[in-house]
Amino acid sequence: MGDVFVWLNDQLLRMQWLSDLVTVLVQRGFGLDPASQIGASVHFFIYDVIKIFILLSVLIFTISYAQSYFPPERTRRILGQRQGFGANVIAALLGTITPFCSCSSIPLFIGFTSAGLPLAVTFSFLISSPLVDLASVILLASIFNWSVALAYVAIGLVLAVLGGTLIGFLKLDNQVEAFVYQSPVGDHDNDGEISRRERLGFALDQVFEIIHRVWIYVLIGVGIGAAIHNWIPETFISALLGQDKWWSVFVATVAGVPMYADIFGTLPIAEALVQKGVGLGTALTFMMAVTALSLPSIIMLKRVVKWPLLAVFIAIVTVGIILIGFVFNATDHLFV
Amino acid sequence: MIIKILGSGCKKCRALEANTRAALQDRATDAQIEKVTDIVDISRYGVMSTPGLVIDDKVVSSGRVLSVPEIGALLDAR
Repeated sequence: MGDVFVWLNDQLLRMQWLSDLVTVLVQRGFGLDPASQIGASVHFFIYDVIKIFILLSVLIFTISYAQSYFPPERTRRILGQRQGFGANVIAALLGTITPFCSCSSIPLFIGFTSAGLPLAVTFSFLISSPLVDLASVILLASIFNWSVALAYVAIGLVLAVLGGTLIGFLKLDNQVEAFVYQSPVGDHDNDGEISRRERLGFALDQVFEIIHRVWIYVLIGVGIGAAIHNWIPETFISALLGQDKWWSVFVATVAGVPMYADIFGTLPIAEALVQKGVGLGTALTFMMAVTALSLPSIIMLKRVVKWPLLAVFIAIVTVGIILIGFVFNATDHLFV
Repeated sequence: MIIKILGSGCKKCRALEANTRAALQDRATDAQIEKVTDIVDISRYGVMSTPGLVIDDKVVSSGRVLSVPEIGALLDAR
């Protein structure tokens, strides 16, 4: 039974067959030695690009299908029925199956807040939604392993729940732009009740739309990953981000926060960093910093909330991901 | 009549606009189509998923591309 699982994991998730195939291609097709610097870079690039696009398509399709049961209006109703800490937990969980993109967080923020949902719940949702989604979890399992993937989800959810709760505790409701509260509450939906045909159509549309949006980030990410993997000297990387350097987590955060990229583009970078001996925590911090916060999303949020609330939000998320980095670095041996 | 298409330029928004134009063609109305692309402006209508369709400042649909007959029925209801 265990062997079957290992085999499935290796072939379906890690795509060992694809790696072998690309090795043959690099060797015979390009006449390069896969163990050489150029050969290994070419192998990393081709293998990772194909693997990520295959996994992405399958995953987006599956998740979008599930997502079609939870249009934002329904999510809002579900959240509106709950109170206190439980509402934060549900919000963080629902955040994992809703939008892949921080661009949809503004309409959701306005839609939730105008309907009277507490800021605590809305922010739990907003933190979890770009940070944790099922597609990135499966990709993490493919690139690292299942314990890393599950730990990432667990910690992402804890950050979302606690971050939201803390924001609620600070009573910053007056720090939201007034027009947000005055926006009408729309309810033009069907409570997720659509035909299977429509769900399949929606899921397929999502695959094309998301791939269209993220392909460039994936290519850039894998390109950087391949460069880190084979061209940037290990001494340089370990001097900046090495396991034994206390500042590595801070460097990863400062580099990652302003950057805007999709989680799918940052995964190959994290993968290459870890292979180069960078701590798992540092790599995960970098990934979280890139996906949870970015200059474009901060500028967007500034249009709907005032500076104090925005600053609190940024501070909580930043401190959260730094802590996560330290915890993962300290417990590294449990995962890799 | 003023019809607004809410959406930040995605494929579905263009599809909705095309369907709306087709529905209008079958009818002799002097409707005017406007596009609202700014995400904050879109949210002001209470729309959380695009594309959205607004007829005379009233949101009639959000989150899906209505078919030509569906839009026609909404136009006739006005």
